[in-house]
Amino acid sequence: MSDHHHKETFVTKYIFSQDHKMIAKQYLITGMFMGVIGVFMSMLFRLQLAYPEQSFSIIEAFLGKGGEGGIMTPDMYMGLVTIHGTIMVFFVLTAGLSGTFSNLLIPLQIGARDMASGFLNMISYWLFFLSSLIMFLSIFVHTGMASAGWTIYPPLSALPQAMPGSGLGMTLWLVSMAIFIASSLLGSLNYIVTVLNLRTKGMKMTRLPLTIWAFLVTAIIGVVSFPVLLSAALLLIFDRSFGTSFYLSDIFIQGEVLHYKGGSPILFEHLFWFLGHPEVYIILLPALGITSEVISTNARKPIFGYRAMIGSIMAIAFLSTIVWGHHMFVTGMNPFLGSVFTFTTLLIAIPSAVKAFNYITTLWKGNLQLNPAMLFSIGMVSTFITGGLTGLILGDSALDINVHDTMFVVAHFHLVMGISALFGMFAGVYHWFPKMYGRMMSKDMGYLHFWITAISAYGVFFPMHFIGLAGLPRRYYSNSAFPIFDDLLHINKVITVFALIGGIAQLIFLANFFFSIKKGRKTVQNPWKGNTLEWTAPVEHIHGNWRGEIPEVHRWAYDYSKIDENGDLWGDQDFTPQTVPIRDGEEEF
Amino acid sequence: MKALFYILILVVIATAFWQFFKILGLTKKEQVTTEKENNINGWLMLCLGVFIYGLMLTSMFRGGIVLLPKLSASLEGEHIDRLFIITMTLIFVVQFITQFLIYFFTFKYRGIKGRKATFYADSHKLEMWWTVTPTVVLSALIIYGLWTWNHVQDLSDAQNPLIIEVYAKQFQWEARYAGEDNELGIGHVRYIKGINTMGVDMTDKNAADDVPVRELHLPKGRKVIFKFRAQDVMHSAYMPHFRAQINCVPGMTTTFGFTPTVTTVEMRENEDTKEKFDAINELRKEEGKDPVEFDYILLCNKICGSSHYNMQMKVIVEEEADFNNWVKQQKTLAQVIK
Repeated sequence: MSDHHHKETFVTKYIFSQDHKMIAKQYLITGMFMGVIGVFMSMLFRLQLAYPEQSFSIIEAFLGKGGEGGIMTPDMYMGLVTIHGTIMVFFVLTAGLSGTFSNLLIPLQIGARDMASGFLNMISYWLFFLSSLIMFLSIFVHTGMASAGWTIYPPLSALPQAMPGSGLGMTLWLVSMAIFIASSLLGSLNYIVTVLNLRTKGMKMTRLPLTIWAFLVTAIIGVVSFPVLLSAALLLIFDRSFGTSFYLSDIFIQGEVLHYKGGSPILFEHLFWFLGHPEVYIILLPALGITSEVISTNARKPIFGYRAMIGSIMAIAFLSTIVWGHHMFVTGMNPFLGSVFTFTTLLIAIPSAVKAFNYITTLWKGNLQLNPAMLFSIGMVSTFITGGLTGLILGDSALDINVHDTMFVVAHFHLVMGISALFGMFAGVYHWFPKMYGRMMSKDMGYLHFWITAISAYGVFFPMHFIGLAGLPRRYYSNSAFPIFDDLLHINKVITVFALIGGIAQLIFLANFFFSIKKGRKTVQNPWKGNTLEWTAPVEHIHGNWRGEIPEVHRWAYDYSKIDENGDLWGDQDFTPQTVPIRDGEEEF
Repeated sequence: MKALFYILILVVIATAFWQFFKILGLTKKEQVTTEKENNINGWLMLCLGVFIYGLMLTSMFRGGIVLLPKLSASLEGEHIDRLFIITMTLIFVVQFITQFLIYFFTFKYRGIKGRKATFYADSHKLEMWWTVTPTVVLSALIIYGLWTWNHVQDLSDAQNPLIIEVYAKQFQWEARYAGEDNELGIGHVRYIKGINTMGVDMTDKNAADDVPVRELHLPKGRKVIFKFRAQDVMHSAYMPHFRAQINCVPGMTTTFGFTPTVTTVEMRENEDTKEKFDAINELRKEEGKDPVEFDYILLCNKICGSSHYNMQMKVIVEEEADFNNWVKQQKTLAQVIK
């Protein structure tokens, strides 16, 4: 590409930008805004769970009618839980994580000028923005936000008579999600096409960094499963607004028999979880890709078992599409079907174990540079294992019977996909902030952020398993109605204290992020001494990423601390960028 | 307005963080990690590992008291408990080993200037080991799990089971015993009228002797088969002490069965239960509430609306003779609905 520049106006540069780097930043900031709302909501309902009858002026200040006198109403509680789940799962950890880093890294790490279609990429972001806006506004509607749980099972979500949140709030939720899915599909198609077609010379698939593999596979499962959620949402819209009976049958509510006949709520569950389970991996895989990259770079060591890592990613992705039934063991499904889903579900433990052991081996005998990104990555491996192991209980149909829908489930998935993916996201932000803004974030604030966040994450979710094992269901506004749960209040208080500390600690991150954009120290081109292509691009953002030719790739991304036959480091440095040709006598890995 | 005030406070706190670090001169330091930082954070990571271990052990030993009684109140639940303990043991072993490795390696290999990391990119032997081992362990777990699942779900060999219908609606439970013929009369929402709250078709010949109740009584030692229906939205019937749960879905009937093995009175004498309820009553005393006794419960475990958190029914397990007496005293549907 020649060096002549288009005149960029403010609007084309910062708003309707088609540049993948700017779009990545837009995704990140929008995701962070939604994240603040999601986390704040969780802090409010944690207050309710620990101090059920106490009045808090902060609750009254923010929840208005739903928090009159400083005590939130059950409907408000369920609204908060629902929107917290929706926002964190879709808007923060799907769009905020995958949208940000796929956009930023795919062109930069495979050596492309931009995404295959910059225009589609722009549309994808603006659809995401629109859906975020609708979701945000839906919180404030008069009848209350959607409150049937983030899984919005009908008939509860289909009938405004069943709960106030199933009125306008639910309609807006469905519209927002439909737009979100369109955005996600446009993004995913773009990522797939770009990775497959726009790799620079020498960038074979087997030389791709694991980040790109993760983004590619994530995009593929997104394309396979998101349309199914769209159809589920559309059918629900039909049932709600046009009187069809896809999900509804034989209902008597508020003194009258409704006309719905022949539908089944279970159908909705199948459609929902056909996306819902792969969604876990849509969230998790990019985080795993990011941590692979960050751990290898900062351990100054190749990632252990590169090919096994790719194999595991693909195995996890494939299995993730045939396990959705494990969310439905207690719906009364045929026991044989339950057996099949137990079998496929527990198989996922095998590639997951391979990944976990490969991470641990990567740490072994490294020279670990413990910067904030690295700490978050190691923390991610830790929470991924802690949370993942209890999947052995939930994935086993016989054991699921007694813990299904209890707080045990909440603890499990928050650790394995919530906290893990969040840690992966933080690791990504700390690691690639210099690439995004040309400046560094404050390291010490990063440390403080990590230490408080890690301790409170464990403090919140580890004890929560035990509340679940004591039989406490999730989505209970208060456990005061059952004397047998009275002794859980103590634990709930501990959890809430950790949750509040952890939530407020995110202010450290936000301050660090926004001030560093303007005031951070200027970065050098390759601050972490990484091998991947993005560090060969200039610090300042230019359209087309590289001046002159796109660099050619000669090796994989993980030649850290490679030694020659004498046992000395090749070229006297502990990293060899992908652009360095294979030297005489060197064997390509 | 007050909300704006709170938001302002948060913004001020965030700014204060930045300014604080700036004053300390910490925002503009060299970005590559120094040996000192690696050292400090390596030690802190070790401490985090210890913290996690402490949390796990405390939760295990102190947390044990809040759990459900170890004694399963149903025959089928005993199989589930056995599988649970095996799985939980496995989880704790793997958890303890892997977390140790993560935090110990992080500590041990914290960066030192001049240390060379080992270029170790692959080992098919190692990878084979940690693919094969989980596969073997999981195969065993899967086989045992599936056996348990099928055993619990299989109701075909039940000898003379007691048939009970449980009916869920916002926000209460109702139940109906099948009566002398042990067959339930047909139920459908279109028959709901007046005091016929469960929508039983009174023209059905099996309906007249059905016994509607608001409190579940179960005989010890006899298999009970529950038929669940829901009136409005989805609910889930959860009886944690019996290790039993199944959803109640409008438009269909779901089934679950178990054999109660411990009467309410016996469960009250159980050591775990006593310990748990002593602790609970201690707490209630502090708050000036009346002491409570153990009772089995049926609770709703699928979000169903405003009062989801208070949708419950008392369950009482008693000796078969006491149970038979109790049933005889209840009015049949024909007596209730004239």
